[in-house]
Amino acid sequence: MGTLFEDLGAQFQQSFIEADRWQRYLDGIKISFLVTLGALCIGIILGILVAVIRTLHDQQKGSDRNILLRLLNSICQIYTTVIRGTPMMVQLLIMGFVIFKTSRNLVGVAILSLGINSGAYTAEIIRSGIMSIDPGQMEAGRSLGMDYITVMKDIIIPQAIKNILPALGNELITLFKDTSLVTVIGLTDLTKAAQQIQAKTYQAFMPYIGIAIMYLVVVMILTKLLGILEKRMRQSDRR
Amino acid sequence: MSTNTANPSTDEVLIRVENLRKSFGDNHVLNGISQDIHRGEKVVIIGPSGSGKSTFLRCLNLLEEPTEGHIFFEGTDITAKGTDINAIRRKMGMVFQHFNLFPNMTVRRNITLAPVRTGFMKQEEADKRADELLARVGLSDKAEAYPASLSGGQKQRIAIVRALAMNPDVLLFDEPTSALDPEMVGEVLEVMKELAEDGMTMAVVTHEMGFAREVGTRVLFIDEGIVKEENEPGEFFANPQNPRLQDFLSKVL
Repeated sequence: MGTLFEDLGAQFQQSFIEADRWQRYLDGIKISFLVTLGALCIGIILGILVAVIRTLHDQQKGSDRNILLRLLNSICQIYTTVIRGTPMMVQLLIMGFVIFKTSRNLVGVAILSLGINSGAYTAEIIRSGIMSIDPGQMEAGRSLGMDYITVMKDIIIPQAIKNILPALGNELITLFKDTSLVTVIGLTDLTKAAQQIQAKTYQAFMPYIGIAIMYLVVVMILTKLLGILEKRMRQSDRR
Repeated sequence: MSTNTANPSTDEVLIRVENLRKSFGDNHVLNGISQDIHRGEKVVIIGPSGSGKSTFLRCLNLLEEPTEGHIFFEGTDITAKGTDINAIRRKMGMVFQHFNLFPNMTVRRNITLAPVRTGFMKQEEADKRADELLARVGLSDKAEAYPASLSGGQKQRIAIVRALAMNPDVLLFDEPTSALDPEMVGEVLEVMKELAEDGMTMAVVTHEMGFAREVGTRVLFIDEGIVKEENEPGEFFANPQNPRLQDFLSKVL
């Protein structure tokens, strides 16, 4: 029994302390955060864009749809179909080794890949949020002489976001965990850091259990923060 | 006899409706309505449910697009392609059955959003106007409240204020008291009466026959998508000609 603990202690020493290896986890998790944040921004912007185009298209009756709107709607549909129909890792491999094969900016490639992926899912979440808002809100806004975009931006989207916050939070958490896939294009995120340390020390237990705990703790903190945000956004319902 | 002599309607046609038809698929809701609404008139529209009266009102500011026919507002054909409908709607306020206040913003912002966003007023001007209008309907203390904290009657009065903030030439009311608890109907009708006395042009879809009689300058009976009878309120209620109207009035009065 004693030897087991001594053994674990030694492994811990090797995996985290020796040669300042903790620094590598820290650098890795910074990259993971950076990719999450960047991808989140791209995902939300793409998501809102696609959701608004598809809603606008669906709300208009057959004869009023103009060519441009139909074209945009088709592009959006192809986008969601392709992105949701192929594995994230395959998308990363294609982005890293086919489309941007000469790029040195791995962080940029990772952010773009995950952002484009996240956008397809976020779009569907936001679309469901927009559809959950009473059509009377749009009618009231338009009857006051405001244009479609203004009503969307000031009235519909803010209410929709509030309704879909739990689903968006889920998407954020998925996104954060999916950053571990960027190892396949050679970016040194948290997972890659653990792999590199395992290669040095020939020990798998401590690095991998270690990063699993780190991912878990971050997700738990994110969940807590989202809960607080949700509560604050609900305040206007009660006052 | 019309009881409203303070603000007689003028000869100026504000809204002209020509042969208005509206179908939803095979469902023909409006089957050819032609009407002139003059500046200063208070036109009350009554009829059984499903008769097309709300659809008629919603066509006037193109919330519903007519299938056939033309609508002119202050001389402009608003059904013509290329008409700036947003500019037209700024002159036509609308009040809805379910208020449709924006729940994500304060009462003040509900009122000032459209004037500011459409470039009609600066924020300070709009705030001042909101304060004046809120005082007029007795809700000055609610400027910073959120809609969820208001009663139905308060919400509808705010909705009227919101429409008034754009200084419209006409107000369209789509069953403004139908969603209210009975004890709150009075406060909303009171505000509408005051507006009428101030000379506002109004088109009101309602089931409040008392309001039609007292405030209306003309009452339309819409049934099966056409205007079956119209008259000034005294004659309209005392001497209904159309058998459908006689039947309808015997049920609601």
